[in-house]
Order: sequence, then C-alpha cells, then structure tokens
Amino acid sequence: MQINGAALGFAVAAIAGLTLAFIGHPAVQLPPPPAPAAVASSGATAFVLKSVSVDLPTSTEVFPGGATAETINANCLSCHSAGMVLTQPNLPKAAWHGIVDKMIHAYKAPVDDGEMTAIVDYLATTKGSK
Amino acid sequence: MVVSGSAWGQAAVDLPFAPSERALTKGFPQKGPMILQRTRPPLLETPFEVFDRGVFTHNDSFYVRWHWAVIPTEIDVGTFRLSVRGHVDKELSLTLKEIVDGLPRVELAAVNQCSGNSRGFTEPRVPGAQWANGAMGNAKWMGVRLKDVLDRAGVKAGATAVRFAGLDDPVVPEAPKFMKSLALDHASDGEVMIAYAMNGEQLPLLNGFPLRLVVPGWYSTYWVKMLARIEVLAAPDENFWTRNAYLIPDTPGADMKPGQTGLTMVPITRMVPRSFVTNLKDGATLKAGTKTLVRGIAFGGDTGVKSVELSVDGGKSWLPTVLGRDEGKYSFRQWQAEVTPSAGDVALMVRCTNDGGLVQPMANNWNPSGFMHNGIETVHLKAA
Repeated sequence: MQINGAALGFAVAAIAGLTLAFIGHPAVQLPPPPAPAAVASSGATAFVLKSVSVDLPTSTEVFPGGATAETINANCLSCHSAGMVLTQPNLPKAAWHGIVDKMIHAYKAPVDDGEMTAIVDYLATTKGSK
Repeated sequence: MVVSGSAWGQAAVDLPFAPSERALTKGFPQKGPMILQRTRPPLLETPFEVFDRGVFTHNDSFYVRWHWAVIPTEIDVGTFRLSVRGHVDKELSLTLKEIVDGLPRVELAAVNQCSGNSRGFTEPRVPGAQWANGAMGNAKWMGVRLKDVLDRAGVKAGATAVRFAGLDDPVVPEAPKFMKSLALDHASDGEVMIAYAMNGEQLPLLNGFPLRLVVPGWYSTYWVKMLARIEVLAAPDENFWTRNAYLIPDTPGADMKPGQTGLTMVPITRMVPRSFVTNLKDGATLKAGTKTLVRGIAFGGDTGVKSVELSVDGGKSWLPTVLGRDEGKYSFRQWQAEVTPSAGDVALMVRCTNDGGLVQPMANNWNPSGFMHNGIETVHLKAA
C-alpha cells in the first residue's frame, strides 16, 4: 500500500489548511474547546440511589483429570473458580511453584506441603512449559 | 445460576492468544454479554466491539474485576455507611443521603483501566488474568470530591496517606483484605472523587455500588469498589496490597528483561497513552483503491490526547487523524481518518501522543506482572 497525500485525503486537506470534510460518523465531531477536568454541577437535580439485590452466578467447573486433579479441586475452588487457571498460558514448573507459594503465603490458602506438591505437579503437567 | 466456562453452553469468543477460547456470558447481574475470564470472583472483559460505539462505555458492558470472592449481593441504601477515621479531628459515618445531598456534586469523564489490561499479549507470557484489550472503560463519573469528605472530617497535622477499603472480603479471614492508599496530597487534590453514579446511573453492583473511588489518570487498582472505609494514616501504609502487590520496575515504561535482577520495584501509578482501531477487525478485507473510514479511540493516560496518527508502512511515516469531541483530559477520545489502500496486505498502525509529549512505544514492554502494556497496536488487513 502506498502512502501519499492522494491515498490519505486528510493529509492534503491538513497541508492546505482546509476544513476536513470526511467526517461521516455521527459520533465524531470536530473538537470543541477542551472541557475542564472536573466540573461542578450547579443546579443539579436530585439523584436518588436505590437498594440493590442481585444473585452472582456460581461455577461447577472442576479441574479436569480425575484423580490427578483431586488435590487441586479440594484445595483451590473454595476461593476461586477454575476458569482463570485453565486459561493461563503454559508456564514453567518453577513459575507454577511461585504462584502456588503466593496463594499459600501471601493469600493464606490453607494448604499443607504435601498438597502443595500435588497442586504444583498437576499444574506443571496440565499447563506446563519448558 | 451456574456459569462455568464452555459448559455454560452459549456463545464463545476467541481471543488472539492461547488458550484462546472464552465464553461470552450473559449470566451476571446488570451486565450484557461479557467475556468470561473467571466466574468467582468475577473477571469479566468488555467485548472489544463495544468501544466502537462512542467514547463512553455503557454500564452493562463495563469490565469487572474483583480480587476476593466474598462480595455482598445486597446493598441497602438506607443502612449503608461510609466511615472516615484515623488521623482526623472528627470521625465520620456518612449515609448515602448525606453524601449525595450534602456535598457539592462533581462530574468527570475518566478512563478506568486494569493495570494488567492486555496482559495476554505479553511475550514471553506471564501469569495473571489473560485479558485482551477489554479490561478498560470510560465513564462520566458523578459524585463528590474526596477532598470535601476529608475536610469535613478534618485531617490532622502529621497525616501522610489515605487508605481505602470496600465491603468485599477474602474467603480466608487471615488473607489480606483488599485496600489501597494514596498520598494525602493526591487524595486532597480535588480531582480524586467518590463516585455514586456512572454515565448518569447508579453503579452496577459489580462496578462498586454504591460508592467507588475515582482516581483520574491512575490505574484501576486504586479505584476501590464498594468503598466503605476511609482511613487517614500518619505512617506509611504497610498493607500487602499497597506495599507488596501491583509493583512495577522503576524503569521507563515499566520495561525490563525477563530474568533481569537488581531492579527497584515500585507501586504502579499513572497510566500511559494508548490508541486502538475500533471499526476494523484484524483479518478484515478492504476494497483496494477505495476510500475507507478508519476510526477508533485513544486516551492519554494521566493527561489528554495531543494527537493520534496512522502508519501503513511499518511506522516509517505517520499521518494525522482528526480527533473527536473532547470530553476532558482523562476521557477516551475518538479519532478518525480515511485511507485508500492499494491491493495487498495492509498493516495499519495507530499511535497516540499525549499532552505531556509521551508517545506510545513501537515495542511492548515486559515485566513479570504484564502491567502497563501500551505498545503501538497493529491491525492486519487485506485490500483486494
């Protein structure tokens, strides 16, 4: 593709100092003067907040793999669903170890050493890389 | 309701990195179709085509990100209180009515962007939510100045920081409650807001109803949702989320080499400029020799958009675009231009320069958390 003034109508227009005439999208207009960053609303109408009650969805997804996933399913799903783990890129085992270690020591997941090994092994097998 | 990945059995979307498949879910309250990154605690990404609809991101499409899974699902506006305590003359327990009716109302358009927006594009890959470009949104926030609330409490001499906490809690009580702090000067700058509305409506619960901190120009980690507690501190904030999380290397663009050591890690703060094409998807075919409208959005980060430019020669030359209406320096700004492609492959690059003169870099940065991604975006098209 060539780039030149003829290929890009606005470049010619800008050089010539002409009004740019190719605005076709209604949501875009030529810029008015900048708005101040924060604007105090004067004479504002009353704003009424209403109480809210919602249901948040739950997930039944489990880590696949049957018996090999038993430890990760038993220990990890109480705090978070599986989805984000299963969409992680493949990572080296050391990276998975670091992540599980953060879950235990920074985020206080109640996981003992033997369980940690099983969880790291599962992740390194399922989502591992060199 | 149960929402669980592909088992949800509805529309799926493919993100441009592996693993690519995500469910497009309609299962979350007050939300339309969202890209499901995690059900609990919710991580919901805005489908990118939403950003072509204008500079304001509709509330039902606005992305969602929670750290901890204990999230109140019922908020009674009559009993909710915002407490202000710590190093103040007078502790406060404010009702929503006192906040909405009793303090001056301000409005501000501002981009809210996750620190890890676009993390999925980071190479080499890094762990964390594998967002594409939809962990961002722009809204017209309405609320009160944090300064006015602090003034009402009376900040004592010696105060240095202000810490914010919401109603959300970790499942494990010993885990660190999500809290973030701002320096007192920043908190009192008259721009930081406590918002009770976005885009003219009360906040969706998942975006922080009833109150959310708005920290213009700063990454979303500071925009505490369901804000219920403000503490004025007389000593540095030592809590995990301020001191140990959301850290970046203290280098230009938060860029480093994988494995590089000896760097100082500091809290992430101000956003950097970004720009996107919104009306043409990667892989689209254009008509060669025919004028084609290209448009998109840009934002300057912690200041306004000075210019948005296009390149079709790999960044050797750049051509101007026309900017749309200015909604304020912290807002998305639309841009558009016309191109007439010659037959063949077209790599359309877009870059933003902000009012501070900061330009998007050609190459993406790298850091172990995938924060502050802002390299120049390229849309690959064909003209025939």
